[in-house]
Amino acid sequence: MLRAMSDLLKRLWQNLLGLVSQFGGVLLLFLDIVRTIFTCRPRMGETVEQLYKIGWQSQAVVVITGAFTGMVFAVQTGLQFHKVKMDTAVGPVVAIAMLRELAPVLTGLMVAGRVGAAIAAELGTMKVTEQLDALRSMGTSPTDYLAAPRFCALVLGLPMLTAEAMACGIGAGFLVAVHMLNIDPAYYWYNMLKFTAVKDVMAGLIKSVFFAVFIALIACHKGFNAEEGAEGVGRATTQAVVVSSLTILIANFFIAVVFNAIVPI
Amino acid sequence: MIRIVSLKKSFNGAPVLAGVDFEIHEGETVVIIGRSGGGKSVLLKHLCGLLKPDDGEVWVDDENIVPLSERQLAPIRRKFGFLFQGAALFDSLTLFENVAFPLREKRTFSEEEITRRVEEALEIVGLAGAGHKKPAELSGGMKKRAGLARAVVGTPKYLLYDEPTTGLDPIRADTINNLILRLRDRYQVTGVAVTHDMASAYKIADRIAMLHEGRIHTVGTPAQIQATTDPIVRQFIHGIADISQEVQSGNTTTH
Repeated sequence: MLRAMSDLLKRLWQNLLGLVSQFGGVLLLFLDIVRTIFTCRPRMGETVEQLYKIGWQSQAVVVITGAFTGMVFAVQTGLQFHKVKMDTAVGPVVAIAMLRELAPVLTGLMVAGRVGAAIAAELGTMKVTEQLDALRSMGTSPTDYLAAPRFCALVLGLPMLTAEAMACGIGAGFLVAVHMLNIDPAYYWYNMLKFTAVKDVMAGLIKSVFFAVFIALIACHKGFNAEEGAEGVGRATTQAVVVSSLTILIANFFIAVVFNAIVPI
Repeated sequence: MIRIVSLKKSFNGAPVLAGVDFEIHEGETVVIIGRSGGGKSVLLKHLCGLLKPDDGEVWVDDENIVPLSERQLAPIRRKFGFLFQGAALFDSLTLFENVAFPLREKRTFSEEEITRRVEEALEIVGLAGAGHKKPAELSGGMKKRAGLARAVVGTPKYLLYDEPTTGLDPIRADTINNLILRLRDRYQVTGVAVTHDMASAYKIADRIAMLHEGRIHTVGTPAQIQATTDPIVRQFIHGIADISQEVQSGNTTTH
């Protein structure tokens, strides 16, 4: 019994050390990227290429996610609000939910799945096939050449994708409310504008910048530290998606609390 | 000149290099031989700072590179060309872009100069006209030659070859050997190669060093290595599984 407890404590301690070590690795990578951005020559070509891959090519996923989330949210709130004769409140509820929570979180999760996995798999494969060593052997830092452009592209691209998801969600919600739930479009639009403000848009966009930082750092860190072989790359990819998704969900709560304290709804 | 002093390295508590002392002189090609998993590639990666030792020193041109940070190592590494075992070409770039990469990173060459040098390097390795291909479209031998072109295009002072002929048929392997010799004669580079391929070692080496149990066991010219009576060296170069057979045959030869 005592031995089992001791083993359990030892395992917990090792896991804690592993977690601290991972966090330290991510933090060092972040500092290295910041130093690269502010002190080294910018790699505009690679950043634009990554912006195309990360931003432009993620649009279909983000548009569909945003639109259908807005639609289902309009249907559910519309049916409930109809019972208490508050049909025109659907507009502001859908808009605020999309702007503050649903668009940034769902876009972050979709991008973590699509882009985070791709980054971790690509960098992991480069690690196990010695391409990272080849870069270093030529005097090129993998942070400068690989991580910084992906980081910049995500920090620029994710807010744009989030804005797109916001617009699609609100637009699709409006169409559903007007055409399926027969809510008056003028009232819907008037109430939506009355109860929403620029700060709601900013809350969502600021969150998306944080989520972009998390996805880029976690995916690059997992890729750079992939273990040997296909299994190692697979594990790094899975971990990148799982850890960045969980980080987004957990961080979302704390960012929302802090933001609401600074700028109350 | 590269000087290695008491170099030690272990992975997960298992010692791989147990105190290597060795010098590589200007203009010579040294081949390091030794058993699989014996630390040859690990030793090679220490020469340009790709791995940090647990203890010891690596001097490149009178500078100890061990305490240097990644960013401080960059100018040192630009003195090196490295042919990796699997060539390590960048998948996302064409062959031309791969070979041009070290030149573009230096940012001192014009595009015309880069094109001229890359085409010259591709011609030397027999890949002229293949610059538009992606690494996935190349055979193993072509990848090795492309890796060699990338390693030499910046006319480095030192060239490191990790298993340059492994996985190639004897004819392709000899092509690579001839290329290494041509490059040495043309650019007067100092070369360090790691290999199990004794035919290749005898052909390209000025000196051969055997790494055994984490230390340099023997150093000699190809002729000296071929004539040695050391049972450990003879076992390796003749590929004999049971060392007692080699001891007996060595004793017979000596007497």
